Amino acid sequence: MTRNLITPAQNTWCPGCGNFALQHTLKDILAGLEKEGRSLDDMVLVTGIGCHAKMADYLAINSVYTLHGRTIPVATGIKLSNPKLTVICCAGDGDAYAEGLDHLIFAAKRNIDITMIVHNNRVYGLTTGQYTPTSPLGFRGKSTPAGTTEYPFNPLELMLAGGATYIARGYTKKMPQLAQLIDQGITHKGFAFIDVLQICASFFNMTDYYQSRVYDLAGYDTADFEKACAKAREWDYNRDAPIALGVFYERALPTFDDRYPTRDLAPDDRERRIRDLFEAAK
Amino acid sequence: MKEVSVLVGGRAGDGINNAGAMVAQLFNHLGYYVYMYTDYPSLIRGGHNFALIRAADTPIGAYNDRIDYLVALNQETITLHLPHCPECTVVANADQVKSLPRGQTVSVNAIIKEESAPPITGNSAMIGAFAKSAGISWEIVGEVFHRHMPKAADENIRVAKKAYDQVQTARPVPAIPGPAHSLLSGNEAIGLGLVAGGLSAYIAYPMTPASTLLHFLAGNAERLGITVIHPENEIAVILMGLGSATAGAKTAVGTSGGGFCLMTEGVSFAGMAEIPIVIVVSQRTGPSTGLPTYTGQADLQFVLHAGQGEFPRLVVAPADPGEAYLWSAAAIHLSWKYQIPAFVLADKTLSEGTYSVDYDRLGSLPAPTPVLWDGEGSYRRYRDTAEGISPLAFPGRKDAVVKVNSYAHDEDGVTTEDAALVTRTTEKRRRKEAQLREELGQYPCVSVQGTSDATTALLCWGSVHNACDEVAAQRGLRVIQPVVLSPFPDQQFSAACRGVKHLIAVEENATGQLAALAREHGVGAEATILKYDGRPFTPEELARRVQEVIAP
Repeated sequence: MTRNLITPAQNTWCPGCGNFALQHTLKDILAGLEKEGRSLDDMVLVTGIGCHAKMADYLAINSVYTLHGRTIPVATGIKLSNPKLTVICCAGDGDAYAEGLDHLIFAAKRNIDITMIVHNNRVYGLTTGQYTPTSPLGFRGKSTPAGTTEYPFNPLELMLAGGATYIARGYTKKMPQLAQLIDQGITHKGFAFIDVLQICASFFNMTDYYQSRVYDLAGYDTADFEKACAKAREWDYNRDAPIALGVFYERALPTFDDRYPTRDLAPDDRERRIRDLFEAAK
Repeated sequence: MKEVSVLVGGRAGDGINNAGAMVAQLFNHLGYYVYMYTDYPSLIRGGHNFALIRAADTPIGAYNDRIDYLVALNQETITLHLPHCPECTVVANADQVKSLPRGQTVSVNAIIKEESAPPITGNSAMIGAFAKSAGISWEIVGEVFHRHMPKAADENIRVAKKAYDQVQTARPVPAIPGPAHSLLSGNEAIGLGLVAGGLSAYIAYPMTPASTLLHFLAGNAERLGITVIHPENEIAVILMGLGSATAGAKTAVGTSGGGFCLMTEGVSFAGMAEIPIVIVVSQRTGPSTGLPTYTGQADLQFVLHAGQGEFPRLVVAPADPGEAYLWSAAAIHLSWKYQIPAFVLADKTLSEGTYSVDYDRLGSLPAPTPVLWDGEGSYRRYRDTAEGISPLAFPGRKDAVVKVNSYAHDEDGVTTEDAALVTRTTEKRRRKEAQLREELGQYPCVSVQGTSDATTALLCWGSVHNACDEVAAQRGLRVIQPVVLSPFPDQQFSAACRGVKHLIAVEENATGQLAALAREHGVGAEATILKYDGRPFTPEELARRVQEVIAP
């Protein structure tokens, strides 16, 4: 059964928002998976809170619209509870890199088999324009009218240090590549991290900046950790530099969910074992 | 009541808890009911630790002020405790205790050297020496070692026997007829109750006094068929728990007050998104870091109100392992039937205390099942129903689109800000509470003990119940203990209070939090007896304070 992948919910993203590109990309990926014979009943979308998170309302698949910063623990719980599910997180940069940074690093450390897409527009949109952890130094937002006094951090470097086994960067104005990066992330067995540069049409429109600097990573050995680190450092989300797009790093490692086999027992068996523990305490 | 008390003291790191547990088992095998409490500072090594083991011919759940035997692994035990027990029988480790006014000693070092045993067996010497001084037959000592120290039992038995033979019986404890019971801590009982309720996953970050629940379940995960996870912090704990439950696994989390502070956003999320979850909160002395290894009952109002917004929740506060076992299972069943957060509220006294439990006399509580989607029509996660309960389906279910949402949402789980819809879904959740309240009518939500028609009653909750019971038995009082604190069991509570002229609230907090709750429900306590020094009431202390209130 082919389902309509878009819900009737009214779309409230601003005209020109980068989220549309991600929505269409995800929709096409889902349609492709269904065409390959995969059941969309086994897909779960987990979103945080922010403009990106409306994706949960707009895509007609299983979804958990969680709390700000908390996509990863919820997704981890889902995956551990039912490893057959394919779990995709959509999070914002405020979500993933500020409120929920600890979870992001731990997801990488654990290599939980989920896909993390960060809608990185480098500004808080839903709260109407404050700086985020990836806003450039001096960013003038409503909470920093004189400009930020802190440097952004580089999420790719952070994920390399954290132990993520799939690290990529895409851009919403390069949709075919973006689709390929996400698709590959979903296929990847382990924690797949995709930082997606997207513009915020209302509060931080970086279209011209990105257009003139992005380039595709090519002829690059994605298994080479040292090279991946160097490539990730080429642009630090602050000073001017060429901005590479593509897969920076990928390696195969056992996943967290593989190491936690489900071990349900029959109720009778359980009762007997409880009784045994009571008996052993005599 | 025939009873006897032992204090085993030593340095942190001396294995006082294990030594105390062996002494408790000796009494258990002599036919006694047992209660053990360990008093220790928040340290790994150094500092003074002691275990209080009380044995009696009736069930008990409190230690008292008397000490009949003092087992001293170090000098501090003698210095601190001997002045308070002029009559007690003393057994001490001669290597550590250099100044001993009276009592018998054994040289642990000499014994382990003679037996070529490792230093870790040293406590077995002290247990053997104590057993002999208490006139416990060697047959019982050997049996207890075989059952409860299976690792290197022979080595430990040799060491224990050597010490056993070196001391004289000073004050024999008679055996009483009766079987040995299961000696369980409150946390073990909570863990087993959760498993009996169908637990699939337990998720927790270590925090005293809830940590031993994590350790117990992790240690038995394979045997019990559960998954146990220790994530990065308590925020991750509860959100992971909610994810796990969303995908269909019966899940519990556990912590103490400080960790629970971090969980509150998740509690509110569970309320709005209607996700079942059991949250074990074991209280310690607060506020803030407080006294990590001591007890308290100051988080009742916090747990009753934690989380923004209004949503139904179940809060149960068991008094002993029997109640802990039954109500932990009930918490899972009810949280799944009503898709709400359910709390098991314990404290250090219960969580870390060891009690005699009889599996065959636990009784039972109803075990309602979750309402599942029948597969008819298109699935709506938040379908509006008369009872307010929307049938559950989990992601992965064929032809169901399951949309779970922390925002106000429509029946499909899609975000809404529509005023009429928000009103309706709020009322839907309120109906669940009304249904839950009605269903709880079939449960023993309020326990009444002591003299049931006495006009003076002690009002208490949780572990304090045990000391109250003893005082009530001495003075012919009634004891009223609500086990369910939310939704408050108004009918059962007023029935329990019928005929009471003097209601005295007994609580281990500084403000009388249950008394405030009872007042909110139309029953005012005439007096409060409060204690907030981190130590549980002893029956003697409580009896004195009750006397002050009753006959000023």
